[in-house]
Amino acid sequence: MVSPASHNGSNNGSGAPARSRTVRFRIQRCEGPAKPSRWEEFDVPVEAGAGANVISCLQLIAANPVTVDGKRTTPVVWDSGCLEEVCGSCTMVINGRVRQSCSCLIDNDAPNDGDVVTLQPMSKFPVVRDLWVDRARMFDSLRKIKAWVPIDGLHDQGAGPRERPKTQQTRYVHSTCMSCGCCLEACPQYKLEEDPDDWDTAFIGAAAIGQVRLFNKHETGAELAGERLDALMGPGGVTDCGNAQNCVKVCPKEIPLTEAIADMGRAVALHGLKKFFRGK
Amino acid sequence: MSSVNPSSKQRVIVVGGGLAGLAAAARLVEQGLSVDLFSMVPVKRSHSVCAQGGINACNEIARQQGFSEWMHMDETLYGGDFLADQPPVYEMTHWAPKIIDLLDRMGVPFNRTGEGYRDLRLFGGSLFKRTHFAGATTGQQLMYALDEQVRRHEAEGKVVKYEFWEFLWPVIEGEGDERRCVGIVAQDLRTMQIRAFPADAVAMATGGCGLVFGKSTNSVMCTGGAASRCYQAGAWYANGEFIQVHPTAIPGADKCRLMSESARGEGGRVWVPRKKGDNRDPRQIDEKDRWYFLEEKYPKYGNLVPRDIATREIFDVCVNQGLGVKGENQVYLDLSFKPREELDRKLKGILEIYEKFAGEDPREVPMRIFPAVHYSMGGLWTTFTSEKRRPDPVMDLDSGLNEVIGLKLGAPDTMATNIPGLYALGEVNFAYHGGTRLGANALLSCIFDGLFAGVGIANYAAERADAPASDIHKSVYDGAVKREEEKVKKFIGDGASGAPDTTTNPYEIAKEMGDEMTAASTVVKTEERMLKAMDKLHELQDRISRARLSDNAMWTNQNLSFTRAVSDMLILAEAILAGGIERKESRGSHHRSDYPDRDDANFLKTTIAEFDPDSGRPKLSWREVHQGLAQPRVRSYGKIESAAAKTDTAPQVAASAAS
Repeated sequence: MVSPASHNGSNNGSGAPARSRTVRFRIQRCEGPAKPSRWEEFDVPVEAGAGANVISCLQLIAANPVTVDGKRTTPVVWDSGCLEEVCGSCTMVINGRVRQSCSCLIDNDAPNDGDVVTLQPMSKFPVVRDLWVDRARMFDSLRKIKAWVPIDGLHDQGAGPRERPKTQQTRYVHSTCMSCGCCLEACPQYKLEEDPDDWDTAFIGAAAIGQVRLFNKHETGAELAGERLDALMGPGGVTDCGNAQNCVKVCPKEIPLTEAIADMGRAVALHGLKKFFRGK
Repeated sequence: MSSVNPSSKQRVIVVGGGLAGLAAAARLVEQGLSVDLFSMVPVKRSHSVCAQGGINACNEIARQQGFSEWMHMDETLYGGDFLADQPPVYEMTHWAPKIIDLLDRMGVPFNRTGEGYRDLRLFGGSLFKRTHFAGATTGQQLMYALDEQVRRHEAEGKVVKYEFWEFLWPVIEGEGDERRCVGIVAQDLRTMQIRAFPADAVAMATGGCGLVFGKSTNSVMCTGGAASRCYQAGAWYANGEFIQVHPTAIPGADKCRLMSESARGEGGRVWVPRKKGDNRDPRQIDEKDRWYFLEEKYPKYGNLVPRDIATREIFDVCVNQGLGVKGENQVYLDLSFKPREELDRKLKGILEIYEKFAGEDPREVPMRIFPAVHYSMGGLWTTFTSEKRRPDPVMDLDSGLNEVIGLKLGAPDTMATNIPGLYALGEVNFAYHGGTRLGANALLSCIFDGLFAGVGIANYAAERADAPASDIHKSVYDGAVKREEEKVKKFIGDGASGAPDTTTNPYEIAKEMGDEMTAASTVVKTEERMLKAMDKLHELQDRISRARLSDNAMWTNQNLSFTRAVSDMLILAEAILAGGIERKESRGSHHRSDYPDRDDANFLKTTIAEFDPDSGRPKLSWREVHQGLAQPRVRSYGKIESAAAKTDTAPQVAASAAS
């Protein structure tokens, strides 16, 4: 097979990126939990229009891990998967902004010779090593809010409930949440919690609240609506939201997270009232 | 379904948490077993999320237009150039509507019609709308539905997840006929701890091997390493030479990103300027100056011919005829004439990918795309127990047979490899897709495998309830762990890592493997080129055995995991090439310019590669294809030969698709 055309990934930038150039990567590194972090810098050659992204640059560094001072070091460790922004793995803080590193194109973000790209691990999750963080707490939140439709079982029982296209569209957007953690990194209320014992009382964050909306909007999913709202009540629940609205700005899938928070906030208030009058 | 109840001590291991693995885990739990689920990534991030277009199943609208489960089966077999064993395809296509219903009940947000019914789209290799979809992220949506069900079982303590664990080897006990798989050895990718895990059965659901070809549409963990390790442990690898090259992808520096077939299913048109060197803005090129070559050559299927055919036609137009857009290897995939609102409702997921990675809005300008390695039809060989039945009066309306052949539900050998107790599900097996997979059949085969074979696996475990793996002597497992620890030691060396040079740098070796395999063993193959590639693989195998790591840490050492995978990929690549060399015919995705015709007399057979531990080389043999439902016929998709001839160049690559 022959090589495909190189792809010009820079058409939406202002002005053409410099053709053959060197981009400097400033990377915050850490050898493991409880180890100190340090900075290392690498120069990476980039060709304009070749579709270079943060991932391809990290791959080049891995193949030849030599810093700008000529010191041999270990390859940078990072988490990645699909490389097309649907798995959420490669999320990190790039030039101070949390995003997926696969969709960070060098021609857009570092168009000039000598431009610097700073890479840091997300700060709201414990670092495993270098840029790789442990987001187990996000999956634990999904367990806590019972993010599933309680079907009877896997046997054939015909189709699910019919659904209005409008409801499907609303649910679909929430269902594209890939648990990347951008909304949590950007949230002033969401804090790093190393100890799983503290997870239940610390703010659960926008991602999980969006999922409550998703499942409570499904006819069968709504069977557990009350239990999900219970999970969003009290300390760490939806009322801990400080309304900074950062979550919705950084969501790579443009999920209406603030809308979900408002919606679930009302539902939780109503749910609380009902419980109060029922005396339980 | 299950005749015997498995003992409470019994556990089954599922390796891989994509669609096949999750479906299997859910089924096994429902059959009363406990499941240990291993994955290199959190299962929610598995490669199945990349699937975009949809999932095929007969439905009532299509049925009223003359479609049926039987026709879905026939399309799948015809698309696969009749290489697939037929009973599994029969069973899968007949289960398909039930699987859609189940996913619907799980809450998958399938696109809806105005009345609230599930919407349908057209897909490759069919003339009927039979593809169910959730935007253009169907794989992600199905994945999440199954992930959620498995999380529910996890919360109930019936599934234990081992995420960020890498499968290293199957533990096999006994010799000859007594041999069986009784667990796995795996490594924690954070602590680097290597441990053995006993199990009464092991189901591999580890996906494809796209990374053997360097840049592909696959995720970074789709190395084929797990399949290779099973192959080296004695499992047969079947039809490895059948690799699907998807016609429409966006090339990138780190991978090729898929542009779903659904773009064409929703009306997208593939074209190039008729005149060589016509470098105008595509929006300025009149209809009469555009060559819609697929529509012209295949008036019946148009842009929706199967992928291998579209790929060869694009390849021919660009490489042989030099008509690629702006003189480069790329063609237009055009949706810009469609209303924005409709595009966003049905295809937003993929249009955003194009916009983000190519920097242009495909709602305004035609996309520029080129083929990329996408899927492996070949994989670990698996068997089944067939079952003869009377044809169903509705589903098999068009069969014209007095008897049909499906699979026996609950048979303990369902999707078992040649090693008892070791199963293969989803893309990692070779079943269902023959010589080419039709679009939107992969999600179906993965979920079907998990749901259907899960019953048989539970029965296999139940049959061994009196001799559970937990009773097996510890030394079996300790020995297996020790062997893996030795391998690690060999890679890490004495701790004096130092700088690898280009000959021993694992990243350089991987790149050379990918380049070589892509050049020799994808769209068009020849004996001469493949033999050359075989020599190259041997050179690379020698080099990887001397690989130097630049990281000796025993904490989260990705360098080690990568190097070990490359070493296993080189062995799998050899099996893929060996099959390609020996299969002296053209069938489906396997296209030989030195043998351009399909040769049923000699090659309507499954290629079996068996690893010879003494030589370290594959031994090939052939097995008859299990037929009896659809007669092999010429696979032309109604191609008009003269259309290609109009361009005055010899279409060497494309013409033989009609052979």
